[in-house]
Amino acid sequence: MDKNAFGKKCLSFLQRNAVVLIFAVVALFAMIASIQPATYFAGEITTRIARNAFLVLSLIIPVLAGMGLNFGIVVGAMAAQIAVFFGVHWNWTGLSGFFLTALLATPIAMLFGYLVGRLFNRIKGMEMIGGLVLGYCADGLYQLLFLVIFGTVIKIDDSRVMMTDGATGAINTIDLTPNIGSSLDTTPLLSVIEVAFYAFLVFQLAAILYRLMKKRPISWARHGVQVAIAVVVYALTYIPYVEDLLRQERLLLLVLTEFLCLFVLLAQAVRCILALLRKQPVPWKSALGYVIADAIVYGLTYIPAVYDVLVSTRVPMFTYLVIAALFVFNNVFSKTRLGHNIRAVGQSREIAFVSGINVDRTRIIAMIFSTIFAAWGQLINLQNLGTLSTYYAHTSIGTFAIAALLVGGASVHKANSKQAILGVILFHSLYVAAPAAGRELFGNAVVGEYFRTFVSYGIIAVALAMHAGNRLRELRASQNENLRAGPAGGGKPRAALSAVSRGFSVPGRCREGKKLKTSGEGPGL
Amino acid sequence: MIKKVRGMVDKVGFPQVILSCFFILIFMVGIGYGLSPLGMLGDCVARWGMFSVLALAMVPAIQCGVGPNFGISMGVVCGLLGSVIAIDLRIAEIEALVSISPMLAKLVAILFAMGLGALFAIPIGWVFAQLLNRVKGSEMMVTTYIGFAILAFMSIIWTVLPVQNGELVFAASGTGIRTTVSLGNSIGGALSGILSFSINDLVVPTGMLLFCALMCFIVYLFLSSKSGVALSAAGANPQFAQASGIKVDKMRTTGIILSTIIGAVGIIVYSQESGLMQFYSAPQMMGFNSAAAVLLGGATIRRAKIRNVVFGTLLFQGIMAIGVAVANQLMPSTSLSEIIRMILCNGIILYALAQSQGGGKKRG
Repeated sequence: MDKNAFGKKCLSFLQRNAVVLIFAVVALFAMIASIQPATYFAGEITTRIARNAFLVLSLIIPVLAGMGLNFGIVVGAMAAQIAVFFGVHWNWTGLSGFFLTALLATPIAMLFGYLVGRLFNRIKGMEMIGGLVLGYCADGLYQLLFLVIFGTVIKIDDSRVMMTDGATGAINTIDLTPNIGSSLDTTPLLSVIEVAFYAFLVFQLAAILYRLMKKRPISWARHGVQVAIAVVVYALTYIPYVEDLLRQERLLLLVLTEFLCLFVLLAQAVRCILALLRKQPVPWKSALGYVIADAIVYGLTYIPAVYDVLVSTRVPMFTYLVIAALFVFNNVFSKTRLGHNIRAVGQSREIAFVSGINVDRTRIIAMIFSTIFAAWGQLINLQNLGTLSTYYAHTSIGTFAIAALLVGGASVHKANSKQAILGVILFHSLYVAAPAAGRELFGNAVVGEYFRTFVSYGIIAVALAMHAGNRLRELRASQNENLRAGPAGGGKPRAALSAVSRGFSVPGRCREGKKLKTSGEGPGL
Repeated sequence: MIKKVRGMVDKVGFPQVILSCFFILIFMVGIGYGLSPLGMLGDCVARWGMFSVLALAMVPAIQCGVGPNFGISMGVVCGLLGSVIAIDLRIAEIEALVSISPMLAKLVAILFAMGLGALFAIPIGWVFAQLLNRVKGSEMMVTTYIGFAILAFMSIIWTVLPVQNGELVFAASGTGIRTTVSLGNSIGGALSGILSFSINDLVVPTGMLLFCALMCFIVYLFLSSKSGVALSAAGANPQFAQASGIKVDKMRTTGIILSTIIGAVGIIVYSQESGLMQFYSAPQMMGFNSAAAVLLGGATIRRAKIRNVVFGTLLFQGIMAIGVAVANQLMPSTSLSEIIRMILCNGIILYALAQSQGGGKKRG
């Protein structure tokens, strides 16, 4: 009996994670077949996470909003590239140049996101095909801008970005090394902490001044404690060992692993102590599990093969920090009121509308967020690459980011940040291994390249087909249910409505007079 | 007067009117640049013939309720495979046929290629249809990505296919098929060359145009037949069709198989006119181009007629043909015509998508 339940559990786990597992097996096979050392993969994948994770994370919000996989992130990437183009032209350099470029890209991306959102509101249920076609259409407009308008309408006389000797348009490859190339990757955490510390102080001061001006009570104790913590953290960086670590722009994976192990240990200890203090039942079992897992991971670092990988791989700390920030933002955001609204719209537009959410506006906001993040993601990608391939850099990012997200186990209507990160790792494992595997297996690296293209298109096709099939089945099931319940039944929508009124208390204007389409629920393709 | 004009615009369709004006405008600009009007017309006619069969492949898919078949690449690879076999067997160079007439040998070769392509297309179309019957409502996205995936998959096949004919083999590595194969000695011009004549610069590829007309006529006949009407009914209102005893899934299968077969034939017609056969990722955008042509011709993503194909391909490819010539005069050494194609083709599809949601007046 017990055994049977365990078997069932295993089966359902396999079913739920079929895509991830199959892909992991294929990637592992390709890695073994490629006969490359593990250190090579570790280095490559570390770089590629830095490059792409932000882009993949930018896909999450539209999925929550029920708009499916946002093929429109290509447009966000174009916004970034326009900004980079001018950044190079105006000679913005280093980290400040990177942030200036991001600052320039943001309003462009906002505008683009708004326009894309407007379009998607007109083609509800067909956002994905619309986004794909839009990407191609925007590619044409982008080329029109860079090839024809720059140089004829907008005169730019700069041989670093424009073609010379009679030809018009921007050059094919813009070198970013003297400008923003690797600017984010090579920023040590120490400077970040310094800037953050002073920014925090300024912020505290401003908050106090604001309250003084408004003649509101000031809780000196709270400010004092906050500043004291900040000072202590900042003072910690003056410890020679810590300073030395933070000064490194790319931290060794070994050191990072050790710190992670330590962190997990401390976190568990704090958790138990807190539980003791609050007189709650102490979670000994799960804490012990964490500690054992921690010990195993730490023990693994002593295996020579693993050790080799860990000491040969360096992680660009600041880039990873930025990615972690978006990771956290995605999770926090979905718990805010706007996040709740977005999820309500994603679950059912009709019910969200009835409960007073401005559906169209919420969808546009979701698109603006996604497009801005995509633009920043493309900036991170470009600074890592060090070159801007003016006419091709944006073309494949949509497909790759979406394929990566799907590989991580996400679907058209369900995705989270963990799946995004897992997907990036798995997808790029195959991506790195495929050409070498093709060379070893077929004597031709091109075969491997075609294979990985096939896999990335194929995985999207399969995921879309699976989603569509499920939706069709659900639709039929609900139709049958309705038939059985009779015309007055309609149990499902009402139940869902009450769920919304329980879960999301959303006061707000109800836009009347605007009729909503009632053609099916959930995201379409 | 204004009312009358507006009524006409509504009837023909807004983008159609705009693009017809654009077509006339660039034609005038072309003449202004000293391009021969007859030569430009010849280009239009050539491209019209080249693309019309591919665009025709959209009609059964749209009529049976699947919508624009962006996965036309399924048919395209069948046609390419058929042609590869025909070229590899050197059918166009068989002595007995060449001694009668070289044109006859070419004609036999191209018909062989088409037959073979159509033969491949039947099972592949059937499998494709079975998939599409399970993803109703999401066909456009699925067809697009299945189309992309099959091209990437066939790219692997092209690199490892053991072909013997030197015209096919990739010279640098000695194995696999070239990216672009010249068809001069095989099926190039096999249809276009028949009964072709020229008036000054205007070359009329009579054979190809006749073939296109024949294809259109066959599809027209099919759609007017009993099963064709049933197919259209299944697309127009599946529930109603099912209730009146039409097997909707079967009709959709028929439509997709037909679309795949026409796609296979279409790519061969396309290649024989251009004289080149492109492999690997070259046909990736074929589905979008064909769909845009039909939609421009006044079709919607739910309904399409033969006249939409004829008119749409003429307008779309006419703009492209003259656009290339004029763009080369206007801004040499840029890919202005390709840019126009991208904006136009995808813009038309977006417009059609927006229309299909009731964003504007219903047409057709």
